Amino acid sequence: MTNPILPQTRRDLLAMIGKVGGGAALYQAMTVMGHAAESQFTGPPQLSGAKPGATVLVLGAGLAGMLSAYELAKAGYKVQILEVQTRAGGRNMTLRGGDTVSELGSVQKVGFSPGNYLNPGPWRIPYHHRTVLHYCKQFGVELEPFLQSNHNAFVHRKAAFDGKPQRFRDLTIDWKGHVSELLGKALNAGALDAAVTKEDRDVLLEALRSWGVLDKNMAYTRSDKVGEQRGWGRPPGGGVNGAPIPNDPFTLSDTLDSRIWDQLGFFAEHVMQTSMFQPKGGMDHIGKAFQARVGKLIRYGTRVSKIAQDERGVTASWTDAKTGAAGETRADWMVCTIPATILGQIDLQVSDAKKAAIKALPYGNSVKIGLEMKRRFWETEDAIYGGSSFTDAAIGLVSYPSHGCFSDGPAVLLGAYPFGVGSYMLAGMKPEKRIAAALEQGSVFHPAHYKSEFLTGASLAWSRMPWILGCCATWTEESRAAHYQDLVAMDGRIVLAGEHCSYYGCWQEGALLSALDAITRLHQRASAA
Amino acid sequence: MCVLTDGSRSGDTTLPGLRGTALSAASLALAVSLALGSPGFAQDRGGGSSVAVADEGREIYEQICQSCHMSDAKGGGVPGAMFPALAGNPRLADHDYASIILLKGRGGMPWFSGMLTRPQIAAVINYVRGHFNAYPDPVTVADLDRITTANPPVPDCNCGH
Repeated sequence: MTNPILPQTRRDLLAMIGKVGGGAALYQAMTVMGHAAESQFTGPPQLSGAKPGATVLVLGAGLAGMLSAYELAKAGYKVQILEVQTRAGGRNMTLRGGDTVSELGSVQKVGFSPGNYLNPGPWRIPYHHRTVLHYCKQFGVELEPFLQSNHNAFVHRKAAFDGKPQRFRDLTIDWKGHVSELLGKALNAGALDAAVTKEDRDVLLEALRSWGVLDKNMAYTRSDKVGEQRGWGRPPGGGVNGAPIPNDPFTLSDTLDSRIWDQLGFFAEHVMQTSMFQPKGGMDHIGKAFQARVGKLIRYGTRVSKIAQDERGVTASWTDAKTGAAGETRADWMVCTIPATILGQIDLQVSDAKKAAIKALPYGNSVKIGLEMKRRFWETEDAIYGGSSFTDAAIGLVSYPSHGCFSDGPAVLLGAYPFGVGSYMLAGMKPEKRIAAALEQGSVFHPAHYKSEFLTGASLAWSRMPWILGCCATWTEESRAAHYQDLVAMDGRIVLAGEHCSYYGCWQEGALLSALDAITRLHQRASAA
Repeated sequence: MCVLTDGSRSGDTTLPGLRGTALSAASLALAVSLALGSPGFAQDRGGGSSVAVADEGREIYEQICQSCHMSDAKGGGVPGAMFPALAGNPRLADHDYASIILLKGRGGMPWFSGMLTRPQIAAVINYVRGHFNAYPDPVTVADLDRITTANPPVPDCNCGH
């Protein structure tokens, strides 16, 4: 028998809360119940009833700009987008054979084989980036798994193991074993008696023996049990010589040299946890899906030089990049997604506080290098299918393609993806030197094949992209406290959007969430005006 | 991983114990890993690079600065979207100007206090002020310490002009 008044399931309960309290209450309830804590997305905005004839000018045809245009047009606004490039998508981009990379100081022609590509900007979508996933589903962008972690990939540090890369699996298992042994010793020596009860100590000892795979003396040593986790000197087989032979774990000191906890910490971060996804065939399928819906609203090759506003509307002054002709576009409202690096150089009529916020927001750099190899030797020779091998060299990592595993023919791997020092080092090199450096540094993982199987490469240094001059916004706790609210506040008839206006910096989710928030506030203001 | 783009450090704030001293590779790596600890705000990134920067001014310029300001230090881009030239830049005549910008960042340019040691910052400033300009008065680590203590406001850069 059921009670008709009380909700029977979580879903019923949530539906009821949503009906009574609206989206905010629903989100709060879902958070309390442990759902949806990862992104503030609660569904597409339900904007409707724009005043007849109301207009919005959107600056920038990246994801934030195109989503703003898409939802505002749906709500009834007349929308135009101005875009400085001759393409839409912003940092959502994919490089394929025949494409051109135009940086400050260099031009590259991409020579990848048909079907191969590099995502030089965003390349993976965590399962909890619900806004991105929502629009992918709505627009029919086909997603496939992105192989985020790989126990069989390598970790390389110059100062560890004489510079010889080791398998991620071996290092993590040995780290766990050694730490367990040491904690066991501390417990047995009574060193933690003040911190744990006797009962908890006994449980901990049992847990450490099991979790750390310790022997009967609570030591981490070579054993079949350890072999079942870190692999074997001779793997299990059939017949006469079927018995596996374990090998020796690394010493504690050697394990520490690898700093394996850096990688463990990296994968422990929420945004790095599985499951991960990527659009089939390239990240730009997302940008193209938006473009298919708002492309007719975009004026390309349009460089905005001045943004003004008064009590009646906004005006963007621009020049046409091809003809040099000057023009102005007026509208009632504006969503500006121009990156802070560029916006700070534009004559912009907003409050001093917002100007100060824009000027106090530096952008970090990153570089990606795609290397096309004749064949997937990382799969055939090293049994590595997707995931990344990490290094403390400038390239940062080598990441293996998640798609097309086991296929023949050329494949593109990600031969570099550093932020920070490594990114500046690579960005400052001419493109051919970047490729040479990536081959040299990456060959530490696959010395027999990396250079000899190389076909062609392409790189993109974000600091050299003339329309953004950097990769993405670098906030700190201090700058957030001083400037974030000033940056995102609606200023007269202008509101800013983009990853820089979010707490999901450098992620597409941040760009989309920021856009949804911006246009919701714009619509409220416009409706009240 | 880089302190610069991931970290919660800002401006002239460095980790205790690292201020004013040369960072060893190990302590730099420590700073790097500590800077990653901001759950929920983490950006996408590669996850490991901690390569050492050179100590000599010209090499530091080539490894870091020319990624934006270009190898001839003449900057790049078009008006409204450009990196300023460092060569022949009259703003650099001010003895402390470059130091404040490198310690605190300005406009699109990040601070470098978490990525370069103070001797490295001084070396590259002296290279830029001496080689691409003709300002002979050297910047020292003591100057950087003095500026950090005084904590002056960041001057407007001539970014984009």
